[in-house]
Amino acid sequence: MGELLIITKGVARLLMDAARDLLPIVVVIAFFQAVVIREPLPNLTDILVGAAFVVVGLAFFVRGLEMGLFPLGEAMAQAFAKKGSLVWLTVFAFALGFGTTVAEPALIAVAAEAASTAAEGGLIGSDQASLTDYAYGLRMTVAVSVGFAIVIGVVRIIKGWPIQWLIVAGYLCIVVLTFFAPPEIVGIAYDSGGVTTSTITVPLVTALGVGLATSIRGRNPMTDGFGLIAFASLTPMMFVMVYGMVY
Amino acid sequence: MDLIHHILSTGWVTLFDVVPIAAILVFFQAVAIRRAPPNPKRIAVGFLYVLIGLTLFLVGLEMALFPIGETMAHQLTDPQFLGGDALLGRVNWLDYRWVYVFAAAIGFATTVAEPSLIAVALKAEQISGGAINATGLRIAVAIGVAVGVSLGAYRIVSGIPLHWFIIAGYVVVIVQTVWASKFIIALAYDSGGVTTSTVTVPVVTALGLGLASTIPGRSPLLDGFGLIAFASLFPIMAVLAYANLAAWLQRRRQLRDQNGQEETIP
Repeated sequence: MGELLIITKGVARLLMDAARDLLPIVVVIAFFQAVVIREPLPNLTDILVGAAFVVVGLAFFVRGLEMGLFPLGEAMAQAFAKKGSLVWLTVFAFALGFGTTVAEPALIAVAAEAASTAAEGGLIGSDQASLTDYAYGLRMTVAVSVGFAIVIGVVRIIKGWPIQWLIVAGYLCIVVLTFFAPPEIVGIAYDSGGVTTSTITVPLVTALGVGLATSIRGRNPMTDGFGLIAFASLTPMMFVMVYGMVY
Repeated sequence: MDLIHHILSTGWVTLFDVVPIAAILVFFQAVAIRRAPPNPKRIAVGFLYVLIGLTLFLVGLEMALFPIGETMAHQLTDPQFLGGDALLGRVNWLDYRWVYVFAAAIGFATTVAEPSLIAVALKAEQISGGAINATGLRIAVAIGVAVGVSLGAYRIVSGIPLHWFIIAGYVVVIVQTVWASKFIIALAYDSGGVTTSTVTVPVVTALGLGLASTIPGRSPLLDGFGLIAFASLFPIMAVLAYANLAAWLQRRRQLRDQNGQEETIP
């Protein structure tokens, strides 16, 4: 009986937290509908059912994170650190970055839109084959750039390089490339940095970084463990602009 | 019936998001590490929970948030609603004031509900031993997104080239980095990338495309992009600013404590 009570309490807490996370969206939409747009909401039942799904889904996700993704990411990082094989760790980092990005739905959507922009700007032919080629090439470029970013990030953690120098160098690269890349691609390149990091990748990659920094002597999980996501959202911008220049 | 179909098809798509990642993890466990992780059963259940959670989350968003978000973005950028110069085909940036308010509000609200950000904030709170508060961090990031998306909407209305804003933003981030504590820098840089995923991207993109397609002289393809870039740059500034402020307040408190002690000791 006691165990059941603890579980019920845990579930209630998760649901409460999730409902609290959703509250701002509800307030914003209600305010704009009532005060600014002044029209009744269509499909109120759909909205209520949908909101309930979001709350339950978020609660499951957070629980799964703590049970599965976080411990696994950290355990793997520690196992790699103990093994001491830089080659395996690098291959793993690249595979994780590339593998989680290449099938990312947001990226597929952005690549398709980028192809139509490029066709409209006269950079490529507007037939279906060249559109598909362009979008595919762009997707591969972004996926490789994210793999590369995780590798650089992991090497940084091992060597203990301060993150700010690498990030500032990245910013400079992006600024310089901006003036040489075709203007049509710049907006897409800037956006591509944000869309690559999916909801499953982020917790895994964060746990990997923190786990590595925890198990390597002399590294601090706070200053050295974070930063992998930062690289993963910087390199796609560079790679996409270069892609726009050479294609 | 429709609902069940929707849940199953979304679950199928989510499964395909998870399978490549799981395959990579299993491969490296088997070939490189060659030892099972601790508690494999618990981890498997955790993955299952993530899968169920994301599926329900996406189904719920598609039912409740995305249609309203898109409708509202269209309604707010409609010349009939804006009135004034917009009806005459002219662009007066002040006519769009509700768009900026909506952009900021929805940017803030969707970021608070962003699962990736929840993950990173939980981890940061855990390894900083509570020095970083998960809710505080998420609110700082959400304020950053609010300012970013609102400014991005103004950029689409005004037609100023995107790269000037981004370059100016980089300069601000670099200056802030010089003053920030080493403790927070990596986390701040990370918070840029994690804010823009499942919830924020669709709503913000709809807003950008709605704006760019109703404002005369803007092309949805050229000007509709760029809001995400704003939404991933400004959280970095917000988190660094939060850290700068916290450090400054703490220094002031310490100074005051020292002074107070000197006064009580005669």
